[in-house]
Amino acid sequence: MALVIDMPKLSDTMTEGVLVAWLKKEGERVEPGDLIAQVETDKATMDLEAFDEGVLLKQLVKEGETVPVGAPIAILGEEGEDISELLKQLAGETTEAAPEAEKKEEEEKAVPQEPEKEQAPAAEEVPPSDGRIKASPLARKLAREHGIDLRTVKGSGPEGRIVKRDIEAILARKKEKVVAAPVPVEEQAPAAAPPAVPTEAIPYEDIKLTPMRKTIARRLSESKRTAPHFYLTMDIAMDRAVAFREELNRLAEAQGRQKISFNDLIIKACALALRQHPEINASYLEEEGVIRRYKRIHVAFAVALPEGLVTPVIRDADQKGLAQIAEEAHDLAERARARQLAPEEMEGHTFTTSNLGMFGIEHFTAIINPPDVCILAIGAIRDEVVVKDGTFVAAKRMKVTLSCDHRAVDGAMGSRFLQTVRSYLEEPMNLML
Amino acid sequence: MAVMQFREAIRAAMVEEMERDENIFLMGEEVGRYNGAYKVSQGMLERFGPERVIDTPISEGGFAGLGLGAAMVGLRPIIEFMTWNFSFVAFDQLVSNAAKIRYMSGGQIKLPIVFRGPNGHAGQLAATHSNSVESLYSNVPGLKVIAPSNPDDAKGLLKAAIRDDDPVLFLESELMYNMTGEVSDEEDYVLPIGKARLAREGEDVTIVAHSKSYWLAMEAAEELSRQGYEAEVIDPRTIRPLDYDAIIASVKKTNRLVIVDESNPMASISSEAAYLIQEKAFDYLDAPILRINSADTPAPYAKSLMDLWPPRVDEIIEACKKVMYV
Repeated sequence: MALVIDMPKLSDTMTEGVLVAWLKKEGERVEPGDLIAQVETDKATMDLEAFDEGVLLKQLVKEGETVPVGAPIAILGEEGEDISELLKQLAGETTEAAPEAEKKEEEEKAVPQEPEKEQAPAAEEVPPSDGRIKASPLARKLAREHGIDLRTVKGSGPEGRIVKRDIEAILARKKEKVVAAPVPVEEQAPAAAPPAVPTEAIPYEDIKLTPMRKTIARRLSESKRTAPHFYLTMDIAMDRAVAFREELNRLAEAQGRQKISFNDLIIKACALALRQHPEINASYLEEEGVIRRYKRIHVAFAVALPEGLVTPVIRDADQKGLAQIAEEAHDLAERARARQLAPEEMEGHTFTTSNLGMFGIEHFTAIINPPDVCILAIGAIRDEVVVKDGTFVAAKRMKVTLSCDHRAVDGAMGSRFLQTVRSYLEEPMNLML
Repeated sequence: MAVMQFREAIRAAMVEEMERDENIFLMGEEVGRYNGAYKVSQGMLERFGPERVIDTPISEGGFAGLGLGAAMVGLRPIIEFMTWNFSFVAFDQLVSNAAKIRYMSGGQIKLPIVFRGPNGHAGQLAATHSNSVESLYSNVPGLKVIAPSNPDDAKGLLKAAIRDDDPVLFLESELMYNMTGEVSDEEDYVLPIGKARLAREGEDVTIVAHSKSYWLAMEAAEELSRQGYEAEVIDPRTIRPLDYDAIIASVKKTNRLVIVDESNPMASISSEAAYLIQEKAFDYLDAPILRINSADTPAPYAKSLMDLWPPRVDEIIEACKKVMYV
């Protein structure tokens, strides 16, 4: 019996996916666990795994096409199987996932074509002969929510009933597979302008929104719309931090270790300051009616990519030494640029930093990265003349700006946090204590 | 917290309320000079005198009706049935009068009356003396039905029942009268009617059980815990109105429900609860709802059969495992 493979829901927020590349050709044999395609979601490019065996009879989606979660993308079956009926059925469907009733019908039709043939392992996964899929109400609901086709699920309950744990096992397997695949070396050039007739005289080209672009747009619009932002800027004397870093890197170089960046120092300073100011290491949860203060400190940092940005997370940054932070940050940034980060490496942050110092930006404000309540925007370190003891001296200065969600953080709270960050950076030996 | 027997908690509730309101009186067979068939009303005749603690002839239909008449004209009677098996002689008073008068008088006549006594099986008492009446009476709109499982709930809910302006049926148990437990020292300890008690928290399966079945459920939960499964146990305490919200909330968490109810299975508390949960929480169920009732027969007398007739701990454990698919 031919099976329709649907676009799976590979992340909680995924609503559609781009079929980046087919890894199996039409007519090729597929075993359970084989990778059949690469799918780009709003978070990463992931491999699509087959749960059944058979022959890939038909690719229903072209490479580069975007389809909604639950839409059919391929047909898997026995070699030489007649799928014309099935194709007709699918052609009748809209781009939306087929409604339940239709699916059932298509399945009933498919049954007489292949009466009780040996189905290999897949046979176990096929419902009993009356063609009905037995599933608990909860399993049905979960399958619907995650775009899982119940016909592809083997039930572990009595008489093959599909129950909650069967759906959870599939979701867990999917999550494991989510080790993002490298993006095929695709021309980064924007797709040619669509054939649509320009409405204005000015010539233009349309750049298709990538899932990442859409995610950035959605998340940051929501953050700016719902969180009342205010901004606190502080100027920090960095002379000692500069000297401190030079000294550390002299040692790191001698040992052949990863050099420590200013960003690493700042991440560490923030993490230690967050320990003293748990009100900043928090989320504002309106529905639950609480401000949730986290007991662990996970600091994210923004990494620019040609097509957008991502925020990988350094977990328990307050517990880690500078060398470890430097190594992890370096590794995360490298893999972010190669688009090899797993979604979970970008989740679970409690605070975020964003640094545009390397572009010569002196001061900027950042949009809070939900569900955090603050983000720190870091400017360049400048050589300045300052007044010290009544005379002019050369000094290294850096401006940082904390964006705060006023629903959770007040001005004095944010200011005290910044004072602590400053004290660490102006007396950097404290970072080692 | 004072430690009291179940019977002492009920007595304390009656005594406190009778001291608070002189319109309250206790009436029933052997409640006075014999100090109660199960010694629930011990010392109350001496304390309140024969006008307020009244011994009756063996005539449930008569004294239940007498109580209703007294309630209609403003007194607040507590009517004791020696056991609820004998209430069937007064069935007409309960179903036709107690449940209907407020409704048929357009709310002009209140009926602040409590009927109380032991309910359910209690060993080898044979078929006619082993009835569980909660499903029979909960079927009747106009009656409230309470069946507590411990002395603390018994005291707080009996006081609430006495203060309620509607007829309340209060179901006790011969097998629990001796049970001791801590009872709140709060001066005016009144618990809300219609609120379940979350007795044990767990993630894996919900067990709903009232009155003495509650103790079977707790024993099953402890054994399941030893085997690595955590059952959530809810004691509804009030049967009508049943606290559906509490059960629904728990089922949404555990996705599984087992109901223990010593009524006979047909049209029982368990069938009603199972019906409502499948309606309100259908998409949260990962398994069929199972229930454990007494067998669908009159209670046997033979000990070997009586050991098997009411709900048992091993049956509850088995049902929980079945819905957990383990």
